[in-house]
Amino acid sequence: MDEIKILTEGDSSVLIEFGKEISPQINGRITTLVRMIKGQQIEGVTDLIPAFCSLLINYDPRVIRFEALKRRLEDLLKLDVESTRSDIRIFEIPVCYGGTYGPDLENIARHGGLTEKEVIQIHASRDYLIYMLGFLPGFSYLGGLDERIHTPRLANPRIRIPAGSVGIGGSQTGIYPLDSPGGWQLLGMTPVKTYDPHREEPILFEAGDYIRFVPVSEKEYKEIKKQVDAGSYQCIVHRKEV
Amino acid sequence: MGIRVLKSGMLTTVQDLGRYGYQSQGFGVSGVMDVRSFKIANLLLDNPENEAVLEFTLVGPTLQFTSETIISITGGDFQPLINGEPAPMYTAVYMSRGDILEFQGARTGSRGYIAFSSYLDIPVVMGSRSTNIKCGIGGFKGRQLMDNDYLGFRIKRRYLPFFLSRHLEPDMFDQEEVTLRVVMGPQDDCFTRQGKETFLNNPYTVTNEFDRMGCRMEGPFIAHKTTADIISDGIAFGAVQVPSHGKPIVLLSDRQTTGGYAKIATVASVDIPKLVQRKTEHKIRFREISVEEAQELMIEETKELNRLRTQIHQPCKEVLDCRLVAKRIAKLFD
Repeated sequence: MDEIKILTEGDSSVLIEFGKEISPQINGRITTLVRMIKGQQIEGVTDLIPAFCSLLINYDPRVIRFEALKRRLEDLLKLDVESTRSDIRIFEIPVCYGGTYGPDLENIARHGGLTEKEVIQIHASRDYLIYMLGFLPGFSYLGGLDERIHTPRLANPRIRIPAGSVGIGGSQTGIYPLDSPGGWQLLGMTPVKTYDPHREEPILFEAGDYIRFVPVSEKEYKEIKKQVDAGSYQCIVHRKEV
Repeated sequence: MGIRVLKSGMLTTVQDLGRYGYQSQGFGVSGVMDVRSFKIANLLLDNPENEAVLEFTLVGPTLQFTSETIISITGGDFQPLINGEPAPMYTAVYMSRGDILEFQGARTGSRGYIAFSSYLDIPVVMGSRSTNIKCGIGGFKGRQLMDNDYLGFRIKRRYLPFFLSRHLEPDMFDQEEVTLRVVMGPQDDCFTRQGKETFLNNPYTVTNEFDRMGCRMEGPFIAHKTTADIISDGIAFGAVQVPSHGKPIVLLSDRQTTGGYAKIATVASVDIPKLVQRKTEHKIRFREISVEEAQELMIEETKELNRLRTQIHQPCKEVLDCRLVAKRIAKLFD
């Protein structure tokens, strides 16, 4: 791992860079540091933005100055805890693949020289780490997509992709949290609302959590959608000790 | 009890200091562009520091008051009129029921603020009343104001002591070239020495791609060592991105939470108002200062605002000028 750098981003933010590499290990250190900072409740810290391999910290210099904050952070980093997280959360996301739900499934299959069934099986066969959220509320940058189903973005992006669409863009996969323009190839749709501004916790998950896609039939999709609309659906979450 | 929007003006939104605490989930901060003008508007009315105001851009709204209240207007010189008569800015102004506030145009500056002593009745969403247009949350129905909208007040008229003293010198936004102090980093090591010198020693021109999200500038090419692309990371208010086209973009209130272009520097917080009040074709220069200096400037500004607060809580010296007093308080006895 490269040397960790604490850099200024103006007078009210510091950026901690953990090297320039995307890996679950580095991302895990960031998740751990976020937890430690939250646990310390450092006065003056107003927000934290974890990313692939960095953490931006917003603070109020009228409460804590740069040098003082830097020392606090260095102390926390010295603890050098590989991962204090004792368990991880895995969110089950039901997905209805193909057809009108995933208009590009055929494209993805053709591009990979696979059958549609194989694409679904590959896509739903592993748990994806949420490296970071950004771009849109709740939009998760997931790592670990199987190379066999990497598919380039559409040459002509769609003007409107409906919320809940599950897509592939290059080496990434993800869920559109709300209606948005976009160029990802769509392979399915989930009835689960990953973002709901009227819910107590508007976003279902956070960086460091995992997502598991579970194939469901159109009938099951509609069944779950009914529950979601009625507000009675509870997302299945597995907790795993690590 | 509130205001009716007769004409919406341009990009008129409800804003406070912004929505912190949710950037890790992808929610931008939003919030006012010119924090200083915002704070002074609230200060003039003894409002809480983070009370929501209306912010508008280049064209002010026309508002009809359906109940009495006291307001203050700050920011660029938008030449406000109340019932057709010129009204003072940076002053606590009494509004009667039925009064109409309108603006003639931005003589100087480009953003205006209206604060209300009766507080806008806007729900707090995730800790803030700021409008986040992209996500459609906060503010008035998650959007900019439109003709015929009606915004209520939370409380009735409030008593304000030292009413006549509540006037401050307006900030002037009449220069066509300003220098913004910047703290270098976090990715200044992505740029060549020549690139950094170019950035710090040349004027840049504000283009018309200047909105609440950011301000694109035109000017000499700023050279990267190898690439402008970085692995996406968080973006602070005032961060200066330089994509591969070599021209600076300063990221502002409606910025995305993360981005993938190298940031050469970040504008000192106290100088962001100078930038957001500029217009297309104005010139910007950048000058390097240390993070300690930039933080000292913020602390100085807080002290200055405290002095201004004391100043408007003193008996009015102009009280001997009967004409002026009569003009200012006439409405209190309507």
